[in-house]
This record gives sequence, C-alpha cells and structure tokens, in this order.
Amino acid sequence: MSREADLAAIIADHAQRPGAMIPLLHDVQAAFDCISAETEAAIAAALNLSRAEVHGVVSFYHDFSATADPRPAIELCRAEACQARGVEALVAAAQQAAGDRVRIKPVYCLGLCSVGPAARVGDDLHARLDQAALVKLVQSA
Amino acid sequence: MNAVRISDDALALACGANAVAAAFEAAGWTVEWVSSWGMHWLEPLVEVNGIGWGPMTADRVGEVIEGRADDLCIGPIAAHPFIARQQRLTFARAGRTRPLSLEDYAATGGWQGLERARSLDPAQVIAEVIASGLRGRGGAGFPAGIKWQTVAIAPGGEKYVVCNADEGDSGTFADRMLMEGDPLQLLEGMAICAHAVGAGHGYIYVRSEYPHAIAKLKSALALAESRLAPFTVEVRVGAGAYVCGEETALLNSIEGKRGEVRAKPPLPALEGLFGKPTVVNNVLTLAAVPHILSPGGAEFYARLGIDRSKGTMPIQLAGNVRHGGLYETAFGITLGDLVGRIGGGTASGRPVKAVQVGGPLGAYIHPSQFDLPFDYEAFAAANALIGHGGVVVFDDNTDMAALARFAFEFCAAESCGKCTPCRIGSTRGAELIDRLRAGGKAQADAVEALPQMHNARKAGRSREESLNLIEDLCEVMQLGSLCALGGFTPYPVRSALKHWPEDFA
Repeated sequence: MSREADLAAIIADHAQRPGAMIPLLHDVQAAFDCISAETEAAIAAALNLSRAEVHGVVSFYHDFSATADPRPAIELCRAEACQARGVEALVAAAQQAAGDRVRIKPVYCLGLCSVGPAARVGDDLHARLDQAALVKLVQSA
Repeated sequence: MNAVRISDDALALACGANAVAAAFEAAGWTVEWVSSWGMHWLEPLVEVNGIGWGPMTADRVGEVIEGRADDLCIGPIAAHPFIARQQRLTFARAGRTRPLSLEDYAATGGWQGLERARSLDPAQVIAEVIASGLRGRGGAGFPAGIKWQTVAIAPGGEKYVVCNADEGDSGTFADRMLMEGDPLQLLEGMAICAHAVGAGHGYIYVRSEYPHAIAKLKSALALAESRLAPFTVEVRVGAGAYVCGEETALLNSIEGKRGEVRAKPPLPALEGLFGKPTVVNNVLTLAAVPHILSPGGAEFYARLGIDRSKGTMPIQLAGNVRHGGLYETAFGITLGDLVGRIGGGTASGRPVKAVQVGGPLGAYIHPSQFDLPFDYEAFAAANALIGHGGVVVFDDNTDMAALARFAFEFCAAESCGKCTPCRIGSTRGAELIDRLRAGGKAQADAVEALPQMHNARKAGRSREESLNLIEDLCEVMQLGSLCALGGFTPYPVRSALKHWPEDFA
C-alpha cells in the first residue's frame, strides 16, 4: 500500500471518535516514525482543524516528532530515583558506545524506581543496569 | 506436574523473569504467571508451593528444582516480614492471583463491591465512600466522596468517569503494579463510580511509558465487558507529557488538544471532559472503592489511619533503598520506620542523606525529620507533601544542589507554558542555581547588557543576594502558578537549600 493510502486508512480509523487526535497521532508516528508537515495538513483537513492546531499538538508531546530518526533508540531513565541509584555516572560511557549510531533518549520514569538504573528498548525493559550492562545494551541495539 | 509461579509485572520482566521462566519450562515445569508481591529487591521471585526464591537467575533454576539454592530461599512468602507487616486492602491480591483470570478474581471477592453498589441507591454509594474517609490518592488528597457527590448532583445528562493513570512521578509505581497485577479491580472501581454519579462512559488515561499496563488493561476490558455493561471504558494512551498528570491537562489531552492546564473554576466535576461533569480520580483511589463497597468495608476503612488520613496508603519505596518495593499500610507510620526498619536503609550501605517524598515536586526531607508520620496534614505542616506516596532514598554521595537544579530543569522541560511563573520561572531558577554555584556573577550576561534592559543589574550578586532572589522566585512560583507543576517545584528547591546549604557553595 502507498504511504498516502496508509495515512488515509489511519485517519479513517479514528476520525469519527471523540477526541481522535492523540490516538491518531500515535498510529501515524508508529507507521511513519514521524509526523511531517504534509501529514499534519491531511489530519487537519480530516478533523476540520487548521494545520496550526494540529502542529500545536504534535509539537507539545515528547512522543511525536516532525522528522524521522532511523537510528535505534534506547530510552534511559534520568529521573530522581534512577539518579539516586547512580544513572548519571553511566551516561558518558553509554554515549561513547552509542556514538552516532544509536540514539540515547532521556526518559523521566519507567516505573522501575526500586531497581534502577532502568532503560527501555521498544517494549523491552531493562533494570539494575551497571556500566557494562548498559554498554552491552547499546552495542546490541 | 510441577508448577512454579513467577510474576509478569514489568519490573520482574525487566529483571529477567522471562529467562527464568524459560529455564523452568525447559525442565518440564508449568509456569503460572501471577502478579508481583511487591518485594522488588527479590525479583524475579519464584514461588513453588508457597515457598519463594529470589532474586532468581536462569542458571540457578536447576538448584531450585532440586530444592536447593538455600541462599536464595526466603521461606514461605506470605510470612516474610515485609509482607506480613503490611495491611493490604488495595493490593490484597498482589502476588496471589493471575492478573487476567476472571476465576481468580471472583474467588478473591471480586465483583462483590459492584454487585452490592448496584443494589443500592447511588446516593447511598456516595454516602459510604464519604463515610470511609477515602481521599484522592493522586496527591491532592481531596475527599473522593465529595467529588463524586458534586458530579452526581451536577446538571446534565452525560457524565464521565476518568481514571488518571498518568503516573509520571519518579519513585512511584503503585498505579503501574495495580494496572498490571489487578486490572479488574480498577475496572470494578470505575463501574461503581459510574453507578454512583450516573456516568455511562469512562476513560483510563495511561502514560505511554507503561506498555505492559496498557496491554493488560485492554485485555481486562475485553474480559470484563459484560460485567461492566452498560458502563463502557476506553483506554487512552498519553504521549510523554508529565503535565498531563494534572487533571485538567489530562482532560485536554483526551479531547485531542495540547496538554495545557485549565484555570479552575470551573471545576472538572461541573465542566470537565467535553464540557460535561466528570470525576477524575487516580488509579489507587478507584481501586480502593470495591473494598469500601463490600459489606462493612467503609466502616473498616475509616477505622484505619490517623486523624483525617483514613484507610491505607500503598507506599512505594524506591531509589537507593535496600528493600525497595510496594508497602501498603495504614496512614500514620513514620518516615524513619519506612526508610530504616522496612526499607533497610540504603542499597549502597552508606548513610541516608535525604528522602524525597511525593515525586519530583515533593520536598527533600532530612533524616532529622524522620519522626514525621505519613499523614496528609502532618506533611503539609512540615512544608512537604505525600503526593502519590513515592519515597525515594538518597545516600550521602548525593549533591543536593544538582537535585535542586534538576527540579527547575524538569519543570522547564515539562511546563505546559500556559502560566508565566512556571514557564519562565523554572528556566530562571535553573540559571540562578548555576550562578550561585559558580560563586555569584562577575558581570551582566548578554541579555542584561542590552540597552533596553534599563532596570537590569549590571554588577555581580553576592551569595546572599542570589539566595534572596531564589527565595523570591520560589514564592512567585508557589503562589502564582496555575497548577502543581510550577506551584510545587519550589518544594524540592527550598527544602534542599534549607537543609543542605553547604551543597550550594
């Protein structure tokens, strides 16, 4: 199926439900890894909004991005509980292992606060990370 | 057939439960996936005939099968001091049932509260919730029954029940554990609320950082659809905005808008989701309701706790703590007991320096205040908050100035931007702490040097002047912000400055 047809199908899936925007954007982000200006325009037309209104929503939430980043991503928790368990000391080594190949995204809490430092890769969670385990995780991403 | 029980809670999986389960299966054992007991330092915890072993690794499964691995064995799990000392009402099923088993749920008292509630007049249901003394567990501690009553008597045919499952506070995971471990109880609580206030449809707004909870809720909804009918529930997934845990921002997000905070009034109870009267309650508030509506439940609940904080609180021990996990107990336990006796001190073995209660917006509490009882009013009187019941422990390696700066930085990153004290104050606050730590400021910065900035100071500030300025900024944020994000960010900052001024040198 073409990209346009995919987008039209996603929009048709959601357009009629109340408060369609966020679930719709989640599906678009998952399908295309970004929500481009053209996509915003198509969504705006379907939901009877201006593109500015759609863009305002897209740019508000951390989960949505305007451009795709094809690199594998590791979300590393940097919130207080993981800080208390020493995550900040691991960041430099993780960045070095990642280089430009892997994206290390900060995330603020994965709900694993008693067994941090914690990270998420896709829907897989990793806890009790030390430097060696985190570097290994980055290398295998 | 030999059977082993292992938790499929996200935390157990993150600690390697899948590999452990695979090793048991390879040995011909049956794996029964249950909820987590909440003893996180022991995860993955495996249970064979009531006896527990943990933290388990796949390479030692053979020893457990042979009844060895004594160093990992904790004996009967239910008798473990960490479990035996608790008073579990909301988490009564934790570790004991399969999260998505209707059979297990019904066998442990499930649906009794809903059946009884539906046999009662809605006003009677609300009266029982008021009598129980249940207060909102999301942080503000507003009496749940009063909120329900406001929605029930609000004019309008269409009303909503919204469950706030946007558990963004660091150090909290009780909502996640409840949604993953006992999702049916949450749905039952929502259905009781819907009956009480006259709502036909509900939403659960879960943060996107909780994929396992989202999956469990959706499965539970499919299973319980006929039980809940005519009430219907929909799961909505957040999109990574911390501020959407604030109830009005959450409502905007469900409506498909930017998660900006709304000014109150109007209260969401009168004009909430899509402008209709709406109950917004936290996961733990709604999950406590089935117990309260069971026969004699309200009276039992009200007998627990102290003063105006009634019932039990699922407290979460997190951060640098030896025995981290979920500890549900009646209000009134002291912080020192929680951190020392129950939590076993720090995981690193070093002295405790500070404890943050209530998430990123909660005050840092000094060990000299460890006699503070877990009680909404007592914490408020000490310029602190219980929030969602998260307790994060820090050892003596911690730099409190870095944490104070982080509080401002976090607020700046997550501010919805609607009100000025939060949007701008947070950024200025982080800069002020940087300057303070750099020993004041030698000269004006680029903006201050502009000719338009007539009133800006051209010379450096002394430490005392910088401290006064931070204090002034904190006051503006605390009193002038629209919601708790800007309004409570001063708590961690002020408490860190007050108790650990040496860290800011």
